[in-house]
Amino acid sequence: MEADVVIVGAGHGGAAAAIALRQNGFAGSVVMIGREADLPYERPPLSKEYLARGKDFEQLLIRPAHFWADRQITMALGREVVAVDPTNKRVRLSNGEEATYGTLIWAAGGDPRRLSCAGADLAGVHAVRTRGDVDRLMAELDAGATRGVVVGGGYIGLEAAAVLRKLGCSVTLLEAQPRVLARVAGTQLARFYQETHRAHGVDIWTGVSVERLEGRDGRVCGVGLADGSVVPADLVIVGIGIAACVAPLIAAGAAGSDGVNVDEQCRTSLLDVYAIGDCAAHANVFAAGAVIRLESVQNANDMAVAAAKAICGMPSAYKATPWFWSNQFDLKLQTVGLSAGHDLSLLRGDPATRSFSVVYLRRGRFVAIDCVNCTKDYVQAKRLVEAAAVVAPERLADAVIPLHDM
Amino acid sequence: MINLTVKTRDGVAHAVEGLAGRTLMEAIRKADLYELVAMCGGSCSCATCHVFVEAGPSGIDVPASEDESDLLDSSDYRAANSRLSCQIVLDPDLAGLVVQIAPES
Repeated sequence: MEADVVIVGAGHGGAAAAIALRQNGFAGSVVMIGREADLPYERPPLSKEYLARGKDFEQLLIRPAHFWADRQITMALGREVVAVDPTNKRVRLSNGEEATYGTLIWAAGGDPRRLSCAGADLAGVHAVRTRGDVDRLMAELDAGATRGVVVGGGYIGLEAAAVLRKLGCSVTLLEAQPRVLARVAGTQLARFYQETHRAHGVDIWTGVSVERLEGRDGRVCGVGLADGSVVPADLVIVGIGIAACVAPLIAAGAAGSDGVNVDEQCRTSLLDVYAIGDCAAHANVFAAGAVIRLESVQNANDMAVAAAKAICGMPSAYKATPWFWSNQFDLKLQTVGLSAGHDLSLLRGDPATRSFSVVYLRRGRFVAIDCVNCTKDYVQAKRLVEAAAVVAPERLADAVIPLHDM
Repeated sequence: MINLTVKTRDGVAHAVEGLAGRTLMEAIRKADLYELVAMCGGSCSCATCHVFVEAGPSGIDVPASEDESDLLDSSDYRAANSRLSCQIVLDPDLAGLVVQIAPES
């Protein structure tokens, strides 16, 4: 195989890169290599509408099959890159094939972190990252699994817990930190989500560590905690984050550790090798210039556009405003900006009304907002985040004053 | 099948077929058009599926919800007939609908 641009990864980032290349007039050959057998599809619904059976898989496809064919974007699916030879500009694939590239776009995403304790490989232990993961989960639900244990109180875990409750399962959620959403949101929001999940019957245990998974006949039947207690389980969902898929690039000499380092045009330290999306560590202006990885659709899409433009000779620095969403029960959470590192959080509105926001400030500047059933704040806050605006906290906390008046 | 017309940003009109119960966004995405990003996949969390309704039954050119209207406010190109195509659920009454894909904000 040989192509002017080889894209490694057929997720949101890879798909957006291929589309952006063609939209920006790139006429060369493009090959997309994907580990899964499926054409590029949306991952966020996997823990939401797809698991809840509100959407068919075909509705998740980012584009129909003929779209890729019509644009001469060759799909090489069901295989992955295992080695990169940057000197000869060649990648080796898991099936023994090789592909020579003019430019490589690494959009391989991440692998779900697995539990490292005994029993982690029992049947009935699931991640929520791919269609295959969720299809297996749904098959077990169909086969009668009713007791779900979710390990990890991040967005994936909470979304999955909400869907399992909707499907009538009992759900216990185990979180090692003192609260849910510890890595991604402030305490007010976390408390509200904990209370909401508990009100919907999710049994949330915080500050607990999983010591082992217990099995019977090769299938998980319980989750053993450090204090000796055992939570019975028909299935276990592990949502404890992802590890960036960058090993072949790092082995080839690319700079990076937790992710591969990229500059503002998404270039790695290797010649003609770009990296985008979940696996790309970049200095983000919304994180005060800190080098971070962002695991979001927004980041994958916007980095893809930045890389494609650079390849097409129209470089523009990646500095897109981060945004994110999560749907749980009747709650639509919408976030703009990055709250990590905030030193003050302010409640706007009353959580009891189920429509409110939490504003995050860092050294007096507006860095992020989490909006629950409050799209107005979400839309109006974008400008404040982009400007890192300085606004008096007492005004921000007054929900009667619209954010666009600040 | 519900027959629709979607105009791309270059002004070209495309015949698009939609399914009842699915959204206009899905119909446009299934058709062979580049331009609709629809980044959030229909969660009403971005405004990248913004269209202008040029012809259709009365009322279809007015946002269905406050959330949709708020999101449309984020576009530099909001007009009186702006809609998010992910919020238009197709039904046979919408046969003949004509929409123009809005410029990128």
